[in-house]
Formats: sequence, C-alpha cells, structure tokens
Amino acid sequence: MSDMMDQRSSGGRGGRGGGKREDKGQGGRRGGFRRRRVCKFCAEHIDHISYKDAKLLAGFVPERGKIQPRRISGTCATHQRKLQTAIKRARQLALIPYVTD
Amino acid sequence: MSAQRQYELVYLLPAEASEADLADLQSQVEGIVGRFSGAIEKTENWGRRKLAYEIGPHREAVYVLHVINGPGELIKELDRRLKVIDKVVRHLVVRVDEEMRVAERRRAERQTHLAQRRAQRGLPPEAEEPAAPRNDDAEQAEV
Repeated sequence: MSDMMDQRSSGGRGGRGGGKREDKGQGGRRGGFRRRRVCKFCAEHIDHISYKDAKLLAGFVPERGKIQPRRISGTCATHQRKLQTAIKRARQLALIPYVTD
Repeated sequence: MSAQRQYELVYLLPAEASEADLADLQSQVEGIVGRFSGAIEKTENWGRRKLAYEIGPHREAVYVLHVINGPGELIKELDRRLKVIDKVVRHLVVRVDEEMRVAERRRAERQTHLAQRRAQRGLPPEAEEPAAPRNDDAEQAEV
C-alpha cells in the first residue's frame, strides 16, 4: 500500500516538482550547467531603466534582435517589464534593431 | 492652467543636416515651448549615430534630446508639428516625471534601509567612513 503511494508520487506531479526545484539550484539541467541567475537591475541598483542607454539594453537583445526572456536573463518581473518598454522605445529611435538576420 | 509635467523629446535629423538646420529646428521647438509657457530644462546633442536599421534612405542620423517642462497641450502641439516637419526623420516624446519620482523614492528607501541596518550593527550611518581610510592605505601601499 505504502509502496504504491510512493510510486504514484514519484511518477506524477511529485517527480516534476522535484525537477523544477533542481533547475533553480546549481545546474542539474539537461542542457548543461547553468549559473544561478540574479536580476542585473536589482543587483546593481538601477532604479530607472532608460531607453537612452542603448549599451545596457543591447545586453538583453541577443543577435536575432528579440527581447531576451526572463527565464534566460534572470531579470525579475518588475524590471523585465521596465526593460521591455525601454527596449521598445529604443527601437523606435533606431538605437536597437527590431530584427537582425 | 494644467499641471506642469516633465517630458523627454528626442528627434532624429538626417546626417546631412547643417548646423543651420539644427538651430532652426531648435528655435522652432523653443517657440512652441515658449507659447505654452513651458521651459526647456536641458538640451543634449548626441551627435551623429549609426541607425540600428535603415529609415528610408538614412543610415545615420543626428540625435537631439530636449528635457521639457510643460503642460500636456504643449506636447500635443509639439508632436503634431514634428510630424509635419519633413526634416525630422523620427521623434519620440516620453513623459518622465512619474518614473523619476518612483526611482527617487526607491533610492531614498534603500538609503534609509541601509542606514537602519548599519545602525543595528552599531556602525556609523555613513558608508563612506570605513571605506575612506582603506582607500588611503591602498594608495600609500602603491606609493
């Protein structure tokens, strides 16, 4: 009886939950080792993300020109939102490309 | 009279634009701002920059930034006029006073928080004091 319960928990939701917890820790992901990500803006106390700072924004726009997702860059939700508007404004002024190929 | 707000205006002129063109446009902006009893707080010329993508025939442009204090109607008129002027390749107006206020508040909060934490540990509230002598030491060691 208890055996069955254990199996069910490891095979179902419990197993996936465990995998997710591993992601947050040091590595343990299929793709390879991954650093612990910290929001750059929180760490460096950047209160205001300006569209004028093209150099800063360019770090969050990989070569394809798309905005880097939070799950990759580690930016917190608040700052990702601010970053998004800043990048979109910078694009209007041709400081940052819309697309590159 | 409506409330005074702060805006940032950036406009792009073709790279071929002469000094006279620049001055002409600036005086036009000043004229509109003056008419609505606003004020230009800051003007920055970023100079020629390469565009991230081509806009029509342009590959480079001169960027000019104005920080303007004034009512919303002023910006409405400014925006309309900039759209009409052919010389302006592109322009963007952004309201900044609210964001600046939020950023300022956050900075102040952090400072008080830091001071509180330092006080709890029995340290002087200013962070510079312990750091300064260490810097001096390093300089002396180098010399």
